[in-house]
Amino acid sequence: MRGGSGDPPRKVAMASSDPILVMRSIDKRFPGVHALDGVDFEARPGEVHALMGQNGAGKSTLIKVLTGACRRNGGAITFEGRDFHASSPADAQAKGISTIYQEVNLVPTLSVGENLFLGRLPRRWFGVDWRAMNRRAREVLAAFGLHLDVERTLSTYPTAIQQMVSIARAIDTDARLLIMDEPTSSLDKHETEVLFGMMARLKAKGIGIIFVTHFLEQVFRVSDRITVLRNGRLVGTFDTRSLSRLDLVSHMLGRRPEEAEPSRAARAAAPGETPRAPLLSVRGLARTSAIEPFDLEIAPGEVLGLAGLLGSGRTEAARLLFGADKADGGRMDVRGRRVRLHAPRQAIALGLGFCPEDRKTEGLFPEMSVRSNIALVAQRSLSRLGLLSRRTHTRIADEFVRKLGIVTADLDVPVKTLSGGNQQKVILARWLARRPALLMLDEPTRGIDVGAKVEIERLVESLAQEGVAVLFISAELEEVVRRSRRILVLRDRKFVGELEGREVNVETVMNTIAGAE
Amino acid sequence: MKLPRKHVALLASLGVYVFLYAAASVYYADRNFFTPDVFLNFLRGGAVLGIIAVGETLVILAGGIDLSVGAVMSLSSVVIGMLVMEAGLPPAVAIPAAVALGGCLGLAMGAIIHYVDIKPFIVTLAGMFFARGLGFIIHLESISIEHPAYTRLVSLGLPLGGGHTLALTAVIFLAVVAVAIYVTRYTSFGRNIFALGGSEEAAVLMGLPVGRTKMLVYTASGLCAGLAGAVLTFDQSSGTHGAGVGMELDAIAAVVVGGTLLTGGVGSIVGTLVGVLTIGLLREVIVNYVGNLNSGMTSLAIGLLLLVFVLLQRFMTRRGAGAV
Amino acid sequence: MSGDKPKPAPSSRPACWARALADAFRRHPTLWPFTAMVVLLAWNVLFTPNFMNFEVHEGRLFGSVVSILQKGAPVMLLAIGMTLVIGLGGIDISVGSVMAMAGTVTALLIAGQGLPAPVAVLAGLGVALLAGAWNGALVTFVGLQPIIATLVLLMGGRGIAQALTGDQNVPFTSPAMEYLSTRPLLYLPIPIFIVLGAAVVVLLALHKTVLGLYIEAIGGNAKAARLAGLPVHGVRLLVYAFCGLCAGLAGVINTADIQRADVANCGLYLELDAILAVVIGGTSFAGGRPYLVGAIFGAIIMRMLTTMLLMHNVPTEKTLIVKAVVAIAVCLIQTPAFAGFMGRLRLGRARQA
Repeated sequence: MRGGSGDPPRKVAMASSDPILVMRSIDKRFPGVHALDGVDFEARPGEVHALMGQNGAGKSTLIKVLTGACRRNGGAITFEGRDFHASSPADAQAKGISTIYQEVNLVPTLSVGENLFLGRLPRRWFGVDWRAMNRRAREVLAAFGLHLDVERTLSTYPTAIQQMVSIARAIDTDARLLIMDEPTSSLDKHETEVLFGMMARLKAKGIGIIFVTHFLEQVFRVSDRITVLRNGRLVGTFDTRSLSRLDLVSHMLGRRPEEAEPSRAARAAAPGETPRAPLLSVRGLARTSAIEPFDLEIAPGEVLGLAGLLGSGRTEAARLLFGADKADGGRMDVRGRRVRLHAPRQAIALGLGFCPEDRKTEGLFPEMSVRSNIALVAQRSLSRLGLLSRRTHTRIADEFVRKLGIVTADLDVPVKTLSGGNQQKVILARWLARRPALLMLDEPTRGIDVGAKVEIERLVESLAQEGVAVLFISAELEEVVRRSRRILVLRDRKFVGELEGREVNVETVMNTIAGAE
Repeated sequence: MKLPRKHVALLASLGVYVFLYAAASVYYADRNFFTPDVFLNFLRGGAVLGIIAVGETLVILAGGIDLSVGAVMSLSSVVIGMLVMEAGLPPAVAIPAAVALGGCLGLAMGAIIHYVDIKPFIVTLAGMFFARGLGFIIHLESISIEHPAYTRLVSLGLPLGGGHTLALTAVIFLAVVAVAIYVTRYTSFGRNIFALGGSEEAAVLMGLPVGRTKMLVYTASGLCAGLAGAVLTFDQSSGTHGAGVGMELDAIAAVVVGGTLLTGGVGSIVGTLVGVLTIGLLREVIVNYVGNLNSGMTSLAIGLLLLVFVLLQRFMTRRGAGAV
Repeated sequence: MSGDKPKPAPSSRPACWARALADAFRRHPTLWPFTAMVVLLAWNVLFTPNFMNFEVHEGRLFGSVVSILQKGAPVMLLAIGMTLVIGLGGIDISVGSVMAMAGTVTALLIAGQGLPAPVAVLAGLGVALLAGAWNGALVTFVGLQPIIATLVLLMGGRGIAQALTGDQNVPFTSPAMEYLSTRPLLYLPIPIFIVLGAAVVVLLALHKTVLGLYIEAIGGNAKAARLAGLPVHGVRLLVYAFCGLCAGLAGVINTADIQRADVANCGLYLELDAILAVVIGGTSFAGGRPYLVGAIFGAIIMRMLTTMLLMHNVPTEKTLIVKAVVAIAVCLIQTPAFAGFMGRLRLGRARQA
């Protein structure tokens, strides 16, 4: 049944404490970035070892280094007691370390059975032996409790099933260590349970599992140990049972709640201030596998913060509000009138603006000039016929280059030549030029120097004073706490709390994220 | 029993063909449409296009496209003509040489596509021009082939009983189809083609020999084009320049009508056979039977057929690709 | 040499010039096709017999150069439309067939229905515009890949034209059409001015309206364009429709030239010439800024190649090989691998300086 080795089935103790994988002092640099700085990591057979960290923490780099998708600059890897070098993920697989990706790495147009055996199809004298292949496929899947029609095209099965076929293939190719890279991101609750069932089976077989994920709940449910990375360094490896949620959140954010600056007194509504009618009001808005139904209201001049760890669903919620994704349910009202958004154009016409999290792939036009990147969105409000006035564009661009302190040789250089911080400012400028009624900022200060961060925060404040509603999304809790009057907290793709007044402080936010224990 | 879903496309194509054939048979009953000889003639007439289409199917299944096949076929026929008539080589040498030339050109294109990473559409389009030009350089005019072996070949055939014979060209065509069916179904090369076309990313991650498969597939297409050129010389007893013009388009149409997705990964050789026959049927009916219409109508009809099938494919992939 | 210390930063004049030149070429990519065109022209002036012969007959200028511009008018028009499509990240391989369609409709209306030429021409252009819109709709609303979508019209379009004409050349006599092709305007054939006019209109649209920026944005990063609220669908439809219109103009000019509808040959394989012209002109296949003037230079280069080979008694068929090699070479130059190679080359030379 097992392809490859003729070893007798392993009878490994359920969770032996001798590590099967040891990574020591792993170092990896990219131009300008120290992605991994002396990271140690180990995995034991029969355990689920979660690997967590925020953006840029180094999780994916560590995995890439292990599987050979990129080469390390320093450190040593030992697998099963021997030096381990993989030249590619396929090579790593041949040596016993397989990876399951969020996007299933099988061929959707081929059958389940063939996907299991691609590259090692059983043969007879005349060629591929389909009957034997299908028979073996059924056996392999049955060992995992899966009873599928192996002749059916893979894509006709839901993602969760496809993932399990992927896992079955990995195990059948004699993987002793399985890396699962955010496997539950596209699964619903039920499918996640089925996946966990499979993971339990694997544990029983003595397979080691590295579980890379953002989901707090899931980590506490299935993992035995948790390793947290931050900024390329190892924060620590902890035993799941003895780690509190708050501790985990603290490790990931790199601070303890009590270390927060003494938060200023409640930014509650000043006495006598009448509550304003909401600009945007949302009830039960949801998108399958992206964000669960949520309610939200935001008034003009209000700064509403969305706080949560990476992957908790903040961006997904914002995209729904902006019409970048279509909602699967719920209703949205702008200025009291119901709207059904299916394209950002509509949202923009209604006075909404959105600074995306990933400015490189979703925000900038890299080859185009700074001037164009700033002025292009405002174009529609400049001239109905689309007549171009270079002078007007220059004027707009100049105004905001000054206002935001964008450092650039001149307006004509391609925006890709600017530093990250300045690029972010360009995108901000673009939206400010349109004078929106509601501006959504998704991680606006990521990758920006301290000085620029302060400027942006001040900008948010002045916007609010001018009557612009601001939706402020950030993983930097101090920022969110400082600027927001109210904070909505997310965890694992759903809204779990609303804080206002005196609750708006870092400690409460962290506790809400962590969840009551 | 295999689920019908996978074979819906093929059944649809087959259904269309059977329907058209039946309609023609009924409509032209007075002209003896529904006789074995007429069908055998279809097989013979579709041989050249058919062989090219088989090669094209492999390329499209792997996710690429080959626009050079018509020109390479022409080139091959001219090369044979020149080698036999002017260089005095026996056909037994000239023919393999021409086929090999086709294969080499295919390999070259495949290598450029893989190593230099230029889109297949451009590389094979340039290849088409190159092959056509090369043909003219080798011999400026079309050559008529007069050789005793040829006169024998033209009359060869496989007796089928009842006074019917399957012409040599049809035999070769069906043989190529059979070999291709075997390759796609029972060899790892064939399965790698499907994997590559289905998801190149997954194929790479699985460690499949992607580069080699890509180059081999274009080589196979070149070999088929070369062989088609040889078959053309059997048919016409000459090496002609203009023969292949537009044939690549007919080949692509045949592949699509046969149920193979232009995006790759899904399809079959049998489907292409059906597609070739369908196109041949359309051509024959429009040109010879309907009378008042002209050859322009065939291009139009084939274009329409292509459109219908492409839209169908798009509609089906939008629906069927997702989870059940 | 071994005892010499390395000289400080180069201040020698040649190096300064070289750097300024390289800078100019980098800032204005259109200089590449311009230079190629000038080089080719110079070569011809020097080595091609009778290249610079000009004669004036009946108020009209004749000569190889004029012939290049006149015979090249259809390709130049195709290139104008194709530049916008490629800038958007798409492609249109049906332009040759659309040319045939437009020419056929025009010829048929004049010959068969006796309609006055201007009306017939408008009808032909209308058909071409519709064809382009059809392509655009398939790509935008049905979501077909541009190659596949335009493949359909490539096959069917010529067939439609053939069906309409009964597969015969449809000769017609029309003083207006004759005027178009033979009468000179300022000593030059009219089609040249049509090309000029089209180019001016498109350049104005690209630079005076936001269309140029939109095309560049959508071609450069479609995702960001959508999030920025740019009218992606509208621009795409417009661009494909316009490309069809250009093909229609080219077809009408071609038809006027030969005074009949030649369905089989009108625009045959002209798609490749147009695509090559655009690529030579500097517009990237991946989408991005449309370099219109460069594309026109590219079209002139393509036409010059053909004429030049003809004048050296190389039959047209053999120019095919040249074009094929040029195609591959140009695409090669555009690949990132080549840019990396050039970068290393430049770096090596700088180290030596």
